[in-house]
Order: sequence, then C-alpha cells, then structure tokens
Amino acid sequence: MKPLFAVCLVIVFIFSCESYPKQEPNFASYKHELVHVDNTKKLVTVEGGFFKPFFEVEENQKLEVPSFLIDETPVTNAEYLEFVKANPHWRKSNVPRIYADSTYLRNWVNDTVFAEGILPDAPVTNISWFAAKAYSESVGKRLPTIEEWEYAAQADHKKPNATADPEFTKYILRSYQTKDNKRRAVGTERPNYWGIYDMYGLVWEWTDNFNEVMLSGESRNDNSKSENLFCAGAAISTQDLTNYAAFIRYAMRGSLKANYCVNNLGFRCAQDIN
Amino acid sequence: MKFKMKKLIISIFASLLLFSCHKEEIEEPITNSIFMLDSEWENQNGEKLKLASLQGKTLVMVMIYTSCRTACPRLTGDMRRIDMEVGNKYDKETRYVLVSIDPKTDTVEKMKQYLIDNEMTGEQWLFLRSDEKNTKELANVLAMKYKQISPIDFSHSNIISVFSKQGVLTYQKEGLEIDITSVAQEIKNQQNK
Repeated sequence: MKPLFAVCLVIVFIFSCESYPKQEPNFASYKHELVHVDNTKKLVTVEGGFFKPFFEVEENQKLEVPSFLIDETPVTNAEYLEFVKANPHWRKSNVPRIYADSTYLRNWVNDTVFAEGILPDAPVTNISWFAAKAYSESVGKRLPTIEEWEYAAQADHKKPNATADPEFTKYILRSYQTKDNKRRAVGTERPNYWGIYDMYGLVWEWTDNFNEVMLSGESRNDNSKSENLFCAGAAISTQDLTNYAAFIRYAMRGSLKANYCVNNLGFRCAQDIN
Repeated sequence: MKFKMKKLIISIFASLLLFSCHKEEIEEPITNSIFMLDSEWENQNGEKLKLASLQGKTLVMVMIYTSCRTACPRLTGDMRRIDMEVGNKYDKETRYVLVSIDPKTDTVEKMKQYLIDNEMTGEQWLFLRSDEKNTKELANVLAMKYKQISPIDFSHSNIISVFSKQGVLTYQKEGLEIDITSVAQEIKNQQNK
C-alpha cells in the first residue's frame, strides 16, 4: 500500500508540473509604436562645407557635410520626461534590457521623478543609443552623424572653424577635465559661431553612426585602409596631431555599445533642411 | 501514527509541488531577446519575416555582404564548418543566419546565389536583408561595427554570435581565426537546455 501511494504521488508530481508548461514569452507582442511628442526646442542652422575628418582614408581627403539643423542645446531631463510620459515602454521600469542596460536613467528615482539635486534643465544622461534614437524620432528629428557633430564642433565663438587655434584646443581639453558638469543647466554658457550651446563642457553626446568607429583594428584583415585609425599608421594619417580632443571623442565612441547608459553621456537632435 | 505519517508526506509533497511550479512564475521576464526587435526582414526566397518567427531555434548569426572579397568568405566558411561540427541531427533546431550589411546590393537573387555557391542550401540556412535602419539596429544589438568606405566596400567587425532559443545572446566569437569547436559546443549546449 505504501509504495503504491508513493508512486502515485510521484506521478502526480511529475504530471502536475507538465500540466502547467512553462509559459513561452510572447516577444512578438512587445510594443514599439512611438507616440509623437511636441517639443519646442530651437534648432539652429549649420551651413554645410568641407570637413577634414579626424582620420583620413585617403590623403587630404575632405568630406562634404551638407547644411543641417541641430538642437541649440542637449536634450534635458524635463524634455525626456515628456517623452517617457507619452511612451510608457521607454520608462525606466519598462525599458527592455536589449535597448538599455540597468543604469538607464539612473538619476531618476522612479519612472517620472528625478533624484534630488537633478535639475529639470540639466542634460538627460544615462541614456542608451536606442533611447536617444527613439526620442529623436518622437519629436520628428534624428540623431546627428559623427561628421555633422564634429563639423559643428569645430566652431568657437567667432568662427566656424577654429581648429587651427591652439587656444581653442586648450579650451576643449580644459572642459574635458572638469567633473560633474552634467548637473548644470543647458544653455548657460556662450554659444558658438552657429548659435549652438554646450558642445563642450557639459556632456558627451551620442551620434547616429557611432558604431562606424572601429578601435580594435578588427577590420584590418578586411581592409588595410581603415587600420590607419589606431595602429601605428594613425600617427601619420591623423590629420591634426594636436587634435587630441578629437581623438578622445573617437575613442569614446568606439568603446560604446548601443545599450550602454553612461552618466556623462547625453544627446541632442538634428534635422535635415528641406 | 501511520496515518500521521501519511499526512506529513502528503503535505510535504503538496508544498513541494506548489513551490516547484511557483518558481517558474516568479522568474524575471526576458527582456534582452532579439525577438523583441520589430524589424521586418526578407530571406533568400523573398519571404518576409520578423525575427520573432525564429523563436524556438538556436541561432548562429553573422553579418556580411556578398561582394566582400576578403573577410566575409572566411566568415562564411567558418559558419559552414560550425554547421558541420555541430552535425545534422541539430539542423532542425538550429538556424544559421547570414545578415547582409549591404542590403542595396544584396538582393534576394544575390543572397540565394551566395548560399548555393557556398553549398548552404539546407533548411538550417537563412540569409536576411532589411533596410539600412533595421540593419544598423541589429548590428548595434550585436555590438557589430561597420562602415561603408567606398561604393562597393565596407569595413566591419568579424563576429559570430550564438543566441538561445529565446533570442538571448549567449556567446560571441570575434576575429577570423576563431575556434570553431567552442562555437559548436555552445550551440549543442543551447540545444540540450
């Protein structure tokens, strides 16, 4: 009697778990639709021109950057809040890990409240590339390309291209050494020639094509030209040896993954001129 | 006494039973699956599909372009050798997926021909293309870098990735001299889960 009873129990046990099969997650039903968000941030025009990329594929190569519009200031916490209110699947508690790592919006206490000491007008940080891209789309804009960002960032207060000015390089490098700028409100410093604020001194910024920067020379087997960037060849082909600041930015981009959320990395949007 | 004992056993089993099944329910939901991507793709037969339709298969993925003369043929060879190493008995449960980083050039016909030329015509082989936006999104999920450097050429990272049946990235091998056996082992591990 006893063994029979035990056998019965074991059978019940096995079957009971089989009768509740592990629920297969339904990934196909994940919500993607972006809700449009009204945003009044001013865009300024950057007139196109030729740009000597930081590292050149061919000697004296110049890239043409067509005219474009770019946000006057980086996207702020307050602006990003409007976005997550309208798009709940981008809230801190909902965002899937494939789109943002666990440090997403770290300075926010919960889905809609910033931590103490975080200004609504400070740039939003701890934002992944996917999130920055989604935000840009929701306000009818896009992320700037590396080339656009770098082109616009060549300007100092007076001229569109100040890269030959050692003072300008010093100014940039100084700004990279200052800590905790990210807590400052946007748009408080002097704008550059184009009318753009905070290209330096506040946060690093995502670009649409950051994943074009290859640091590890992993492409060398494929195409010897691109290994110039960071192998020994780099020293010769990097067009401006004094442009250490640009090197830092490229290295930063090359080290990122698209779901990384970094505490001093934010973004601003751009738009085509039509 | 005997009766009490029985009661005890029943209650132990009952609690075990409850507990064992309850455990499944409180598991954290998977939110890092590539099946969450909404993008639409086209395969070598011109059929449209979403990645979620591959749920339940172990995926082995590489991003290449067909006009590539150097790295991609080697990556393609690696994929074929991995398939051979893993063996036929896993083919039904595995999809070896090539994804084009040059969708403008890599038409359905080109993809189909590429698979034929490389003797990859079994059911386990897929070649996918989409638009540039979706391609870039997928590349970024894989942390795969690429850049068009001329009208016909791309520089790119060489990465072979393995995904679980739930679309979670479990293994990546980078480079051109990779250890095929370790990738094959990972695929078998995923199958036997």
